[in-house]
Amino acid sequence: MKITRKEVEHVAKLARLALRDEEIETLTNQLGNILTYVEKLNELDTTNIEPTSHVLPIKNVLREDEERKSIEREKALGNAPDRTEEFFRVPKVIE
Amino acid sequence: MELYNLTIHELNDLLKKKEVTVREIAESVFSRIDDVEDKVRAYACLSADKAFEQAKKADMLIRDNTDFSALNGIPVAIKDNMCTEGIQTTCASRILQDFRPPYTASVIEKLNSRGYLHTGMTNMDEFAMGSSTENSSYRVTKNPWDITRVPGGSSGGSAAAVAAGECIAALGSDTGGSIRQPAALCGVVGLKPTYGRVSRYGLVAFASSLDQIGPLTKDVTDCAIMLKAISGHDPADSTSAAISVPDYQAVLGRDIKGIKLGIPGEYFISGMDPSVDRSVREAIKVFERLGAVIEDISLPHTEYAVAAYYIIATAEASSNLARYDGVKYGYRTKDADNLLEMYMKTRDEGFGSEVKRRIMLGTYVLSAGYYDAYYRKAQQVRTLIKRDFDKAFEKVDAILTPTTPTPAFSIGEKTQDPLQMYLSDIFTISVNLAGIPAISIPCGFTEGELPVGLQILGKHFDEERILQAAYAYEQSTEWHKRRAKIRG
Repeated sequence: MKITRKEVEHVAKLARLALRDEEIETLTNQLGNILTYVEKLNELDTTNIEPTSHVLPIKNVLREDEERKSIEREKALGNAPDRTEEFFRVPKVIE
Repeated sequence: MELYNLTIHELNDLLKKKEVTVREIAESVFSRIDDVEDKVRAYACLSADKAFEQAKKADMLIRDNTDFSALNGIPVAIKDNMCTEGIQTTCASRILQDFRPPYTASVIEKLNSRGYLHTGMTNMDEFAMGSSTENSSYRVTKNPWDITRVPGGSSGGSAAAVAAGECIAALGSDTGGSIRQPAALCGVVGLKPTYGRVSRYGLVAFASSLDQIGPLTKDVTDCAIMLKAISGHDPADSTSAAISVPDYQAVLGRDIKGIKLGIPGEYFISGMDPSVDRSVREAIKVFERLGAVIEDISLPHTEYAVAAYYIIATAEASSNLARYDGVKYGYRTKDADNLLEMYMKTRDEGFGSEVKRRIMLGTYVLSAGYYDAYYRKAQQVRTLIKRDFDKAFEKVDAILTPTTPTPAFSIGEKTQDPLQMYLSDIFTISVNLAGIPAISIPCGFTEGELPVGLQILGKHFDEERILQAAYAYEQSTEWHKRRAKIRG
């Protein structure tokens, strides 16, 4: 198997997903199959091949450092699942 | 013929001659939606009130002016992943169920300035992850040619809406084939522009180095009109290219004698549906008769594209989707005692299974110890795939391939096996990895009356050439005139 149940649990923690037991089970199988499939890439010798992260030759796109209006506070808070006054509200972080 | 069956350019002609009003066009499209939407389920939400408001303005403009945009008064459907201020935009995900964007995507601003009518938001695979629109958290869209089959995906709602006459044209987004594959399966025209041609500002991000917005239309002329309208540099998207936008309609009708078209052997595989194979080979003969020079070429790394794509796309997605944490917008779990638990439950309850699968895969390939083996390796293979195209385009002007290996498959057929679903994109994925433009146009039907798509691939920023070739083919065939016979 390409990936163990323990690894899936670890990755779920990194990805901030509270997966249920049966989800972990299914994912261990499915991710294993997909990882076996992508092993195919190892057939290719890629020594000295530059990686491509972006297809266009664009570097450091900068604009003038000018003052401008940003989104209004009420608009920014408009979709908040929970808020108080002018803040986003979240469950307790520190005991 | 009913107005909803017409194209942008046909409606524009009628509007110029004052033979119809925008109101009549809007009425025709919305009454068509009333008739067939229960069967097709192309839309996530409809905006009739907004469209009729916009129609009033568009009619006034026509009354007072002789010169107006080709899109003035044209009903256009928008994929549910492009933001319009105040209009619910869900990406077909529970995690964005009540999201109303506080700003508008640049492509929508551009359509707005040309007087389009917003018919509604179209259904899609959740976060554009899928090839059948079955991964929507809300509804399954049907193929208007056969409602037991999928419309393709992820822009399946947009493709189905165009094919069923529930809009005149639509916008979709394409990360690995999400415009071209549903266009092929629904018998319409779909174009993925060169990476950087169209601004991504306001498009909900899936895989940022691959995503592009593009049009789905009934014919090639409409495609050129829509592409012209949405293209161009945008200071709000640093990856949009500062390259001037040509008049795409000007190349339509130009002779294709002597144009060199490459046929890559790697795209004619065993296991391909025989009627797809036959239709595409017949299309190649049509190009030959029109004077094109057909050349066999090789794109040797084609078979590695799906593997490289599912590493790169999921890696980028896992990073992009980290923002859905239940704090600033979207769904939040009802039941959490602390912040970490809130994040984890929100994301588990808010995302569907395909999205979670891809976040997991992307997180894994980027995690400590695996980065070089998977992510870096995939990026190196991406270079090889890009070089294949660079080399091919030294010899030919454009490349012809099937858009998909099979016609529309049955609803439920591939949902249990993610890998089989991924493989339905084998002919479209390389284009995104290389960043080049490609169009899918109708090129025939199977015995079962299902549409088949021909894909034409071009050089970076050479949309003109593929539109010119597509138009020449379209005008010597009748496929684009067929309409799905769905009735209410």
